[in-house]
Amino acid sequence: MSDPTPVLRLEGIVKTFPGVRALDGVSLTILPGEVHALMGENGAGKSTLMKVLGGIHQPDEGQIIVSEEPVVMSGPLDAKAKGIVFIHQELSLADELSVAENIYLGELPRKRFGLVDWAELEAKTNAILEKLKVGFNAKTRVGDLSIANQQMVEIARALTVDAKAVIFDEPTASLTDAEKIVLFEVIADLQAQGVGIAYISHRMEEIFKITDRISVLRDGQYQGTVNTADTNEEGVTQMMIGRKLDLSRNESHHELGNVALEVRDLSCGKLFQNVSFEVRRGEVVGFYGLVGAGRTEIAETLFGLRNPTGGTILLDGEVVSINSPYDAIEKGISLVPEDRKGQGLVLGMNCRDNMTLPQVDDLKAGPFVADGAEIAIFDLYRDKLDIRTPGWKQQVGNLSGGNQQKIVIGKWLSMHPNVLIVDEPTRGIDVGSKAEIHNLLRELAAQGYAVIVISSEMPEVLHVSDRIVAMYSGRITRTFTSEEVTEDNLIQAISGIGGDKVA
Amino acid sequence: MAGLTKSQIGGFLARQGILVAFALFIIGFTIANPRFIDPDNIMGVVRSSAILGVMALGVTFVVISGNLDLSVGSMMSFSTIVVLDLHDKIGPTLAIPTMFAMTLALGAFIGFLVAFLKLNSLIVTLGMLSAIHGLTLTYSGGKNMDIADKEGTWFSVFGQGDIAGISVPILIFLLLALVLGVVLAKTPFGRKVYAVGGNGTAATFSGVRRARVVFMCYIISAFCVATAGLLQASRSLGSQNTVGQGLELEVLAAVILGGASLLGGSGTIFKTVIGVLILGFITNGLLLVGLQFYVQFVVTWVIIILAVWLDIAAKRGKLWSPIA
Repeated sequence: MSDPTPVLRLEGIVKTFPGVRALDGVSLTILPGEVHALMGENGAGKSTLMKVLGGIHQPDEGQIIVSEEPVVMSGPLDAKAKGIVFIHQELSLADELSVAENIYLGELPRKRFGLVDWAELEAKTNAILEKLKVGFNAKTRVGDLSIANQQMVEIARALTVDAKAVIFDEPTASLTDAEKIVLFEVIADLQAQGVGIAYISHRMEEIFKITDRISVLRDGQYQGTVNTADTNEEGVTQMMIGRKLDLSRNESHHELGNVALEVRDLSCGKLFQNVSFEVRRGEVVGFYGLVGAGRTEIAETLFGLRNPTGGTILLDGEVVSINSPYDAIEKGISLVPEDRKGQGLVLGMNCRDNMTLPQVDDLKAGPFVADGAEIAIFDLYRDKLDIRTPGWKQQVGNLSGGNQQKIVIGKWLSMHPNVLIVDEPTRGIDVGSKAEIHNLLRELAAQGYAVIVISSEMPEVLHVSDRIVAMYSGRITRTFTSEEVTEDNLIQAISGIGGDKVA
Repeated sequence: MAGLTKSQIGGFLARQGILVAFALFIIGFTIANPRFIDPDNIMGVVRSSAILGVMALGVTFVVISGNLDLSVGSMMSFSTIVVLDLHDKIGPTLAIPTMFAMTLALGAFIGFLVAFLKLNSLIVTLGMLSAIHGLTLTYSGGKNMDIADKEGTWFSVFGQGDIAGISVPILIFLLLALVLGVVLAKTPFGRKVYAVGGNGTAATFSGVRRARVVFMCYIISAFCVATAGLLQASRSLGSQNTVGQGLELEVLAAVILGGASLLGGSGTIFKTVIGVLILGFITNGLLLVGLQFYVQFVVTWVIIILAVWLDIAAKRGKLWSPIA
């Protein structure tokens, strides 16, 4: 291999947050003209690394080196000035402004008296747009563009500077296949111009199609870099998940009761279609798939937050319609939501009040809330779930992620639901608490709950599920028992590879 | 560890700062003019704050639920005018419940728009401020409303009466504060008001029917406004159409001074009562030290701004920060 000067080099980056070592000595080298994939599970540290690189976080240790020069990034604009440009998954465009204004926002060309030089702005913008071969021009209002074209505007932004490295963060998450092809052409063009590309994605097929090298992060640690040509999906997955992580499948099955929840041909517009499955008492069913596969949307539909466009939901064999979370709770369906802080908890309220919120109407002594009954419930579930807090008066916002999650779980357990849906139960939770929550989910099944676990983490799904439902772009591709599931067939099922062949 | 201590201090200031400030005001004004703590003066201040206070109790519910109510001033004018008019037409015994029903209907309408149609409460109630004013003028034909026989009616008891030496408006204010304070602090409904204002999404995800809770807050606010209108009408037995004009801001000031967050989720009835008293005593104190009455509008504004600033500063632990 020849040794050209790397456009971007990270050396021994360490970043800690209270209680977490988010990045632990990460090194990464991006060469001119290469497409370098950065991979890792959710929470592996990819986003933190990008934030360090973009100057949003300062590293505790380590160096960022741009073209052989150590630099300190003071923010995304500074990074851009130094030739490091980010294309984010979530677009940050002003809908009401034109394409040109968005591209040059903050650095609009000026003429006398500080007025904007519209002619130059348009000329410069169109020159860039031409390179991208897009079907819109400088004056188009950004809000009128498709998501894919908005992404092109983001990319055009990147081209206004002499970019040394461009970092794509899940760029294809919202693109159609045709749009992806255009994106890949643009990437190839950049590559040909000698720009180094960092490409973050979960999608293996893309990684193997367009990247030259792959670097992997796991739990904030750099796992190594391999040439794409020398490895395969399994190799990369192994690096991402790691052998030391417990990939064991769940083997202890509990006695199954009757079917608590059955879903037949449930659809919700474009989000998911013709989904059918059942969950028995005493069983944990894992839903595994990529972000956007429709898993959370199914949970939200079962919980009355979305109206299905077709299909039926049966609880204990009876057809029900669920129109609101209040309805769902009345019927015994509970949801531990994905966004713990935004959806699960009132952070400014104390532990007890959060836990008893759904049943506060039933905990009455005369017209008043029965203090004693509430504290009894809190104490019971604090002990059952081993919630560590100085007392019930503690504001939930002050607890650690794991303890917060246990408050949410306790909230529902104290209601004795028929079906417990848990969406990303261990997101943002440290390893120790993760194991505790996994054990808890198994235990709940043992007690006769019907449990649905939605997760993007393969070890988690393998570990807690009696059966696994694999989803790909709004459809169930396959259902596995824990005996037949393997990493390989599971990855295939969620990537849409061979999904149709396996009936 | 240092951070914890700092946030504890911040927390203490956010919780108790208002009481400390209140104490300082009283000491300061007393030194400037000893008449300030004369019992007669104190009773006078409380009595003159009662109408504002009653309205602030209702608005406290609305603010804790994460919304605003800027219509209370013109709604109070409406209640006052209506009850004075009906007094001579159908007699006080019928006039009072009729006026309450009409005011509650207005509250229900606002509650419907904000809670069920999910319209922005600032826009809705700002619009209602003007619309209700128009309604009042239409009702009265623009004329002042007076009771014909001012001497011979028992109606004056609400605004002018005494029970055991304490004036009735004060008793009504304190009684209502007690009842609503208990409702907010001790009932399931009160708990849900805090949950909806603290994090409406999480409340929904916990099965709280958010719209109903918000709707009820506006009903409570309207009930308080009707009570305030009754006190006002009974005190003066005659009124202009604009009697409540501008009160919405003073009410909001009292609620915020008490420490309720405009973002919702925090505040208590007790704190609002303190806020009402602070506002009353400052106005009174400034008069006693000889400040012109008109200057008070400006001073009130300054006090509100200071209170809001200190509230935010206490929460973020700094007086100034480049990001919110």
